[in-house]
Amino acid sequence: MRQLVVLSGKGGTGKTTVAAALAHLAAQEGPIVIVDADVDAPNLELLLQPEIIEDVPFFGGKKAHISAERCTACGRCEEVCRYAAVAQRDGTFYVDLTACEGCASCFYQCPAQAIEMRERQSGDWFRSKTRFGPFLHARLIPGEENSGKLVSVLRQQALLEAHESETDWIIIDGAPGIGCPVIAAVTGADLALLVSEPTVSGVHDLKRAIEICEHFRVPASVCINKVDINPSKAQEIAAYCAQHGIPVSTRIPYDEVVVKAMRRGCAVTEWGESVVAEEIKLLWLALRDHVKAQ
Amino acid sequence: MHIVVASGKGGTGKTLVAVSLALVAREVGDCALLDADVEVPNAALFLKPVFDERMVVERLVPVVDASRCDHCGRCAEVCQHNALAVVPGKVLVFKELCHGCGSCALECPTQAIREVPQPIGLIEAGRAQGVAFAQGTLNVGQAMATPVIRALKRYAERARWDRARFMILDAPPGTACPVIESLRGADVALLVTEPTPFGLHDLKLAVEVARDVLGLPVGVVINKDGLDDPGVDEYCHAARLPILSRIPLRRDIAAEYAVGTPLVQAFAEYRQPFLALLDNLGELAQRRPA
Repeated sequence: MRQLVVLSGKGGTGKTTVAAALAHLAAQEGPIVIVDADVDAPNLELLLQPEIIEDVPFFGGKKAHISAERCTACGRCEEVCRYAAVAQRDGTFYVDLTACEGCASCFYQCPAQAIEMRERQSGDWFRSKTRFGPFLHARLIPGEENSGKLVSVLRQQALLEAHESETDWIIIDGAPGIGCPVIAAVTGADLALLVSEPTVSGVHDLKRAIEICEHFRVPASVCINKVDINPSKAQEIAAYCAQHGIPVSTRIPYDEVVVKAMRRGCAVTEWGESVVAEEIKLLWLALRDHVKAQ
Repeated sequence: MHIVVASGKGGTGKTLVAVSLALVAREVGDCALLDADVEVPNAALFLKPVFDERMVVERLVPVVDASRCDHCGRCAEVCQHNALAVVPGKVLVFKELCHGCGSCALECPTQAIREVPQPIGLIEAGRAQGVAFAQGTLNVGQAMATPVIRALKRYAERARWDRARFMILDAPPGTACPVIESLRGADVALLVTEPTPFGLHDLKLAVEVARDVLGLPVGVVINKDGLDDPGVDEYCHAARLPILSRIPLRRDIAAEYAVGTPLVQAFAEYRQPFLALLDNLGELAQRRPA
């Protein structure tokens, strides 16, 4: 069983489009498990149309609550809070839950035991059935934290699922950026596919994504999406990757077929013939060989 | 006026909008732009600023003095993020899990814990084309973007940029804690979306954060307009979200974006629409509940 994670650094380069197509192609060869690790803006479900089998509440952590009755207004909680989450209104102390990181420093320091740490649901995760195989996905309640923890839960569940069904591949659609949900998605993967685009931002953010892969020692492979927007930037990407020993598997042209397939809720490779679909088929073969050669 | 440009979905054109908005705003009054997409900051690629200030962002992490520690386990007990573990004869510190709350140091009965700063990112500040500009950059391998965003905003306050006529903040994508930190304190949120099912899905989530959780006035910009998908328009209408501007899906716009030319400089005809956008944001910001 191998784990392939699709990342990009920059958002909107086509991670989900490529991940769904790879899932479609991989599923034709054997059992797979799919994970949407972009838990704060999950889009893969729009293409996979999952049938939810299990919905599990996710408790990411606790938050402080001040009991007005017990509070003596000494101000110790405000003093020790490093997140400016404790505030005062008309002499009453209260906790701004969007700022509280649940460190419990105030809870331990309050001399009047007026603070309670309450478990708080920060999202849900789902085990679903799709036409490509089992799908683990989640929804973080907007504004909540601990998206990294939620991604880790999804990946653990995917591993359990994979062991049960003797899966060949776990395909993980990652979040943009390089922070906590990305770190949780990339650690321990066998290969990271970095979907890039030939723009100044695309090049800059690809470099950050490559650094993240190098930092966590995950081999990377790059595909250049919307390659025709700027062929010379595409060359720049290819040259940078060559320097870093990273293969550039595929160049996908810009085509509205991607949006058409998206609107129908299907993978672009399911949408009939297109250059995009052909390129992603070649990409899949290249990735498969890349992982086998490791 | 403090405007935050956010989106939910990545790659919808936040930076494109924020940069052009700043470039027209400076014609009207003094303007500061903060790039708070600290995981992958891009605004500087378009503005090409000269930085004259650099500050390392640090977080306090615990160091245990072995000569004072009696391995009582209190630090591991109070740490909510599992950043400390007590094993026989030793305390292990997992710095990457530490949120820097200081609780372990406060609670240690033998005062064996000292906090030391650890670098997690960088703030760079300077000027670009008449705009006061600062960006935060998270160090590769660090998980938490929020403290870097917080440091960036604190820098802007110290530099009194928050008193400028316009302070524009380019937020990260998503809906989690870094986005909350970016939106906090805004007068108005400008959400950039694209007319696709993905764009619509994530716009709804961004509206939940900006309007429902934080109570901010919200306006929408539709980028890559012309894909013949009415979903976003219909939603905005039903949810009473004003669509303040539209930027068409055009290959020449994408080509100029690709080489790092700000939209209003590549296409002079966008100057007026962006000035109008600025006015509309001003009106929306008035509606902010006190």
